[in-house]
Amino acid sequence: MRFLVNRIVWTLPILAGVLTLVFLLLHLVPGDPVDLMLGENAMAADRAEMRAQLGLDRPLGEQYLRYLGRTLQGDLGRSLRGGGPVRTLIAERLPATAELMLGAMVVGLGLALPLGVLAAVRRGTWVDSAAGGFAVLGVAMPNFWLGPLLILLFAIRLDWLPVNERGGLAHLVLPAVTLGTHLAALLSRMTRASLVAALGEDYIRAARAKGLGEARVVGVHALRNALIPVLTVIGLQVGALLSGAIITESIFDWPGLGSLLLDAIRARDYALVQGCVLVIALSYVLINLLTDLAYGWADPRIRRP
Amino acid sequence: MSHAARRALALGLLLLLGFCLPALLAPWLAPHDPAALDLAGALEPPGPGHWLGRDEQGADILSRLLYGARISLLVGLATVALSATLGTAVGVAAGYAGGAVEQALMRLVDVLLAFPGLLLAIALVAVLGPGMVNVVIALTALGWTGFARLARAQVLGVMPLDYVQAARSLGAGPVRIMAVHILPNILGPIWVQASFGVAGAILAEAGLSFLGLGAPPGTPSWGAMLSDGKSVLMEAPHVSLAPGLAIMAVVLGFNLLGDALGDWLDPRRSRE
Repeated sequence: MRFLVNRIVWTLPILAGVLTLVFLLLHLVPGDPVDLMLGENAMAADRAEMRAQLGLDRPLGEQYLRYLGRTLQGDLGRSLRGGGPVRTLIAERLPATAELMLGAMVVGLGLALPLGVLAAVRRGTWVDSAAGGFAVLGVAMPNFWLGPLLILLFAIRLDWLPVNERGGLAHLVLPAVTLGTHLAALLSRMTRASLVAALGEDYIRAARAKGLGEARVVGVHALRNALIPVLTVIGLQVGALLSGAIITESIFDWPGLGSLLLDAIRARDYALVQGCVLVIALSYVLINLLTDLAYGWADPRIRRP
Repeated sequence: MSHAARRALALGLLLLLGFCLPALLAPWLAPHDPAALDLAGALEPPGPGHWLGRDEQGADILSRLLYGARISLLVGLATVALSATLGTAVGVAAGYAGGAVEQALMRLVDVLLAFPGLLLAIALVAVLGPGMVNVVIALTALGWTGFARLARAQVLGVMPLDYVQAARSLGAGPVRIMAVHILPNILGPIWVQASFGVAGAILAEAGLSFLGLGAPPGTPSWGAMLSDGKSVLMEAPHVSLAPGLAIMAVVLGFNLLGDALGDWLDPRRSRE
């Protein structure tokens, strides 16, 4: 309980910092954001109206307090391009991004676990080297190259899979592989390393001495313990997945939060940009908090300071 | 160093040589002017005269690739030089000062790290506008935090050691202790981080340029070239192939170098 409270209290200053930074973002715009949004030739009345809508006609301190007040009530303002409340726009896009990230995690784990286990069990053989090669290349390969390559091969040449719209499972495959490959590469190395370490432990010798088959020793006894550090890495990689999703969504025209952010940037819709950045950062902080709490629950040692 | 590790280092250095030399010698190596447009030859596939083919504006891809290496190298090195200097200074100061100073600096780092991956860079470039200088600013705003955390952790490790205590009891001032006694002893891991940092910065620049937020239009940035190639993927896949391979090779090179540096500094790490 104490751990829980501590961890939540620890998050509060971070949240305050994120809110402040996102607020300041608009004030980093060189020159006048209103000019940038409306163009230099806009009518004075339009400018004044936009300025008032953004609250830019008030002192900075007051702007900040108003922003905090309404954000804490869940009001993220309105799109400057007439798209309606920012909160609604974001809520419409969230499921697509969640689906993409979940798909990427399934791909990441689905590739990494078999590869990592094979590499650990067949340590020093060509299987191990091949898995190592995949990991090194997978980490270095940018997803904005992998994505187009996959489209070229599986959608254009072979015509096996659809692209460029969200739909059933088939539509998710290429985006999820694009986003999940980097994760798969990292996790396969992690799985291999921690399984190799686990296989050297005394309880494995005990399990073997009991006469258990190799599959049971590796699959049940070693792997279960080896997975804890792997899960930690997944938690840490959520940030990379979130920002990778922005690029992946742009490759596949995936209608998620990332595309919304990029469209907002292109349209200079700063209210929407602020909203997207805030929501993405807050979900990251929240996911981190939840993962930490989950570890604390799973591994009592972490709960002690 | 094991046989495999030595082989990996050799491959890394070879890749980096294959990156740095063209970057430095681009004006002499490039067969064509990277900005020379010729719509009549647009999307020409690889062949004699244009070994990697031409892009949708008819520019020679090999020449653009060579000039693009300069952008990647410049952004990568500038970002890491700035990030490492700023981050190490902050981290050393925080670790040495302790107390409220350390708390304030490290909470700032925590807040910046609460923005996942590229998000902060994307947001900064979105408001600052595109352009290479703004890209370096945005990536530095992101990159210094890692160096600060690393440097602080290193400082906490060496502070209780005899040589720091000895310097202090001999009456050395804080600046002298930090600069002369602490800094040289924590630089190893920072070099390792810098090597990975260059790879990360090159990847990030290419990513931003791919999204249209980095290099201004017409710049032969590898990320921008990939973005151009994506729109003609069906009729001319060769436009996307070369810049992608180039990015991967360079990132791989810096990663292998970082791994090798890390193993060399801490031989326990390379053990199974």
